Amino acid sequence: MALSSSLNRYLLLMAQEHLEFRLPSPFWILSIPSEDIARNLMKRTVCAKSIFELWGHGKSPEELYSSLKNYPVEKMVPFLHSDSTYKIKIHTFNKTLTQEEKVKRIDALEFLPFEGKVNLKKPQHIFSVLEDYGLDPNCIPENPHNIYFGRWIADGQRELIESYSVKKRHFIGNTSMDAGLSFIMANHGKVKENDIVFDPFVGTGGLLIASAHFGAYVYGTDIDYNTVHGLGKASRKNQKWRGPDENIRANLRQYGLEKYYLDVLVSDASKPSWRKGTYFDAIITDPPYGIRESTRRTGSQKEIQKGMEKCPESHVPVSLSYHLSDMFFDLLNFAAETLVLGGRLVYWLPVYTPEYTEEMVPWHPCLKLISNCEQKLSSHTSRRLITMEKVKKFENRDQYSHLLSDHFLPYQGHNSFREKYFSGVTKRIAKEEKSSQE
Amino acid sequence: MKLLTHNLLSSHVRGVGPRGFPLRLQATEVRINPVEFNPDFVARMIPKVEWAALLEAADTLHLVEVPKGPIEGYEHDEKFLRQMHHVLLEVRTGPSLASLATAG
Repeated sequence: MALSSSLNRYLLLMAQEHLEFRLPSPFWILSIPSEDIARNLMKRTVCAKSIFELWGHGKSPEELYSSLKNYPVEKMVPFLHSDSTYKIKIHTFNKTLTQEEKVKRIDALEFLPFEGKVNLKKPQHIFSVLEDYGLDPNCIPENPHNIYFGRWIADGQRELIESYSVKKRHFIGNTSMDAGLSFIMANHGKVKENDIVFDPFVGTGGLLIASAHFGAYVYGTDIDYNTVHGLGKASRKNQKWRGPDENIRANLRQYGLEKYYLDVLVSDASKPSWRKGTYFDAIITDPPYGIRESTRRTGSQKEIQKGMEKCPESHVPVSLSYHLSDMFFDLLNFAAETLVLGGRLVYWLPVYTPEYTEEMVPWHPCLKLISNCEQKLSSHTSRRLITMEKVKKFENRDQYSHLLSDHFLPYQGHNSFREKYFSGVTKRIAKEEKSSQE
Repeated sequence: MKLLTHNLLSSHVRGVGPRGFPLRLQATEVRINPVEFNPDFVARMIPKVEWAALLEAADTLHLVEVPKGPIEGYEHDEKFLRQMHHVLLEVRTGPSLASLATAG
């Protein structure tokens, strides 16, 4: 018997979130070698709601039924035999059906060789009809664009977004990453059990939590002594300061992940103090953009300038103005040096949208660009989730390669991100003042 | 910090060993924090360990039962792995060493 193309096709149903990260339709037909692989996919994704073994689809009910009649019966039978229980669900997207309309659609499927018993409470097998009425809530068509029928396999991990929500977390900062995004970043980093994951701008450790959830052991550093040791002002409205229990270890403990905590240290990401070698499986970070959290770097005695502030404990003579583009060079060099071969660097790059070009994405001879996803922040700014993979061993000369590259000049744009971000704000304030005077 | 961390760190302050490694420890504050044993993770760390630095640190902190180096077939030797687990992940040095300021 010839293998037809209808074998091993699955329907992936995406959530309506982070639309800029993907193709427009929430329905994706994938060819996956086995059901196990499909299940493993769903154990990681926070972007997809469910996956179904696709039995048929079409642009009309007739096409759907015809497609179902072409699906090999021997592949259906294991789930329809007389000892089994099942139920059929109707999902419609961008339209509501009455109960009567739903029942009609279920009845129309009577031609399928169901031999088992219907059990609405706890069926062994769930079959779903999914009707796609498009994406425009203001223009709902009479008939669906597409109809799919499949056997439900598994749901994704979207409940992690709620269970790890920043709202319930003990220790947060002004820029704590949304839980969903932190899991997306961990997935981009291909984080797996027993990996070592590092965040050089750890802040309150949100990104480490997602990695620890997937079984990685985590390190963080930050230049802000107060954040690391749980001192200073709180970010939550009704709290006085980040108390002693407000620290990253406590956050991990909150989720039962304390065993994955290695260390969080005060350091300066521009001059890392790690010994030479490759030991990180992933570096996942959200560097400061210079807006809400300040961007700083330590300097030697020679480099100290006027007007610099000292940390209360006098640990760190703070503050050269750390140009953002230097920071990205340092970050990429550091990643190239300390990632294992095949390891991933995942970070956010702030962008002034009117001037953005792909050439502005920082580059390094040892790192290959895997993906670049935009998230809008405001009318003229966005940030891009950049994922890179180490594909070449680091050699000393690699750290200077950016100076020879054509890519160097456009990076200067990253320095003025702070000015450009505020330029929109100051213009608006001026406009408002003007109109209130009139 | 844990001794695993100490082992992975260097310092770019001059005069702290070749290539700025290792960071000198003081036996002022040593704590033991129990951590759930994961043999697979410990086995993964063994190739990353710089043994000279580890043994020096263990000596400074007066630790006992520290293996002198990786043994043949360590991946399956639970006794060895448990000892390394204790040394690398359960021994913590004091907070004064948590800041790696290059104030010098």
